[in-house]
Amino acid sequence: MADTATDKQQNYIVEAPLVEGNHNFSTITEKISSIVESKPPSGWLIAFLFSFSLFLMLNGAIAYLLWEGTGIWGLNNPVGWGFAIVNFVFWVGIGHAGTLISAVLFLFRQKWRTAINRFAEAMTIFAVICALLFPGIHVGRVWVAYFMFPIPNQMGVWPNFRSPLLWDIFAVGTYFLVSLLFWYVGLIPDLATLRDRTTSKVKRFVYGILSLGWRSSNRHWQNYELAYLMLAGLSTPLVLSVHSIVSTDFAVSLLPGWHTTIFPPYFVAGAIFSGFAMVMTLAIPVRKIYGLESIITIGHLDKMAKIMLVTGSMVGYAYAMEFFIAWYSGNTFESFAFVNRAVGPYAWAYWIMISCNVIVPQLFWFKTLRTSIPVLFIASIFANIGMWFERFVIVISSLSRDYLPSSWDYYTPSIWDILMLIGSFGLFFTLFLLFLRFIPMIAMSEVKGVLPEADPHHGDVH
Amino acid sequence: MTPKQIYGILAEFKDTKSVLKAAESVKIEGYINFDCHTPFPVHGLDDAMGLKRSIIGYIVGFGCVAGASAGLLLQWWVSTIAYPVVISGKPFFSWQAYMIITFILMILGGAFASLIGMFHLNKMPTYHHPLFNSKNFQKATDDAFFVSIEFNDPKFDLNDTKTFLLSIGGENIEVIEE
Repeated sequence: MADTATDKQQNYIVEAPLVEGNHNFSTITEKISSIVESKPPSGWLIAFLFSFSLFLMLNGAIAYLLWEGTGIWGLNNPVGWGFAIVNFVFWVGIGHAGTLISAVLFLFRQKWRTAINRFAEAMTIFAVICALLFPGIHVGRVWVAYFMFPIPNQMGVWPNFRSPLLWDIFAVGTYFLVSLLFWYVGLIPDLATLRDRTTSKVKRFVYGILSLGWRSSNRHWQNYELAYLMLAGLSTPLVLSVHSIVSTDFAVSLLPGWHTTIFPPYFVAGAIFSGFAMVMTLAIPVRKIYGLESIITIGHLDKMAKIMLVTGSMVGYAYAMEFFIAWYSGNTFESFAFVNRAVGPYAWAYWIMISCNVIVPQLFWFKTLRTSIPVLFIASIFANIGMWFERFVIVISSLSRDYLPSSWDYYTPSIWDILMLIGSFGLFFTLFLLFLRFIPMIAMSEVKGVLPEADPHHGDVH
Repeated sequence: MTPKQIYGILAEFKDTKSVLKAAESVKIEGYINFDCHTPFPVHGLDDAMGLKRSIIGYIVGFGCVAGASAGLLLQWWVSTIAYPVVISGKPFFSWQAYMIITFILMILGGAFASLIGMFHLNKMPTYHHPLFNSKNFQKATDDAFFVSIEFNDPKFDLNDTKTFLLSIGGENIEVIEE
């Protein structure tokens, strides 16, 4: 990295090693490439078949939706936005940790990111695919999905650029493309490693095409590193803006409980919280099954738990501040919306949200709990559940009771809502398992770069 | 084998420290068309090789400006010329509301510019390269460090260059054919 941090670091701080055990460059290559090159562990196939069947179920559910229409969902008159938008916001949020790890931590020169950035980025891409599914189907008429894009059409109609829904299309679409570019650029050196290791002609050809002729040249590295830095620099404002823009879907409306200026930062904090929870949910089994404990160390999990503590507490602060402002504004409707959340018909969802997002992360004040694998795993699952319920509370509780009591109604999801939510997890895990099988899940060239012997001044006496 | 078919000479070095020293020596010796091959970017190698800072930043800057202008232009054209609709009595060209998509397309333009710029400067994508003829060079993406000096360098001489690479600590010296 074009930085003198490593040089200085040796002088006054002795940090815990980023990679444990007796790894050198070739053992790293061997460890990570062999996962892709050899047959997957038996659990992989079982997990894949399970996820894939959920994915097929999702396809069936969507087919029925297209046949029958959105009437199959639990939507009713005040609640016109149900699980589709809840799932959309949930999945976009999950994606945020990937970009945060790959871009923001890169800009801050947090070298520990190298062990987890590749699969966190993959997670981002797959989560955004799941997210994009829901706006695509939420009107039940996929054949008119092109209405959302500013393209010439036979009606001579153009989209309204003052609408947050259109901002959303641009923001999430761009987020997907930029994440994909960033991920692929990071993959190029590792695909070249696979190309150079394989003995099969077919694989050599495929990896040869995918690695674009990479030959580890320093003249290439020089442009590559700056391009990567630029992508990180561009992704950072992008990731902060995406969930802010998603939050404007709500904040720009006039509905009590939605119409608040706190939404953008509050959504971003929640997104990072949920994303790190998902990274942890995925990383804990993966490092165990593939024997990667020396690369994704307990130190990495400890650091992620700290970020979850910070962002979870920020979310907790936002929940409290929403209540305070609702009261302080003196607006009857606003105050009602929040009291209704805590004690109204959806109080159960609200308290699940508070327990999972605010109380559970407080465990991470303690080092023993931050380094305990079972605690981390269970807490991360709770955080995922809590963040899904956060979106449920925001969307459903606000919509179900707006200004006019005569129009209030209680929303209950139908079986199709639930099947589509479960099915979207099937899609996510299908993609993620394929990724684990065919793509190096850890950025080899980057991990090599943070080994002590990668520093040309390693062992010099200062 | 006629000399025209030669691409250059490849020498292996054992670690980052020795490849860094070698790069410096090659530069001081007066070679221009040479390159180092390392499995990961080695800190300080750009200076040792005498490379100037990459110009990708300017390309990305251009991409950002192009993306932002295209975004603003699209929104202006759609909402004032192609399909002007009065919405809550706001002006057709409500630039404040258009800033978001302008910003997003700025990022998109910059991201594509950094990718395309990197490809252009690195002459990628390509499938084959003469260096891939070397079996030993496959280690360049694993754990080995190489210096290659190209045939088209004005100072290149098959024997002298070989001896020079040996003298600065190169191992497994290999002549690479096209």
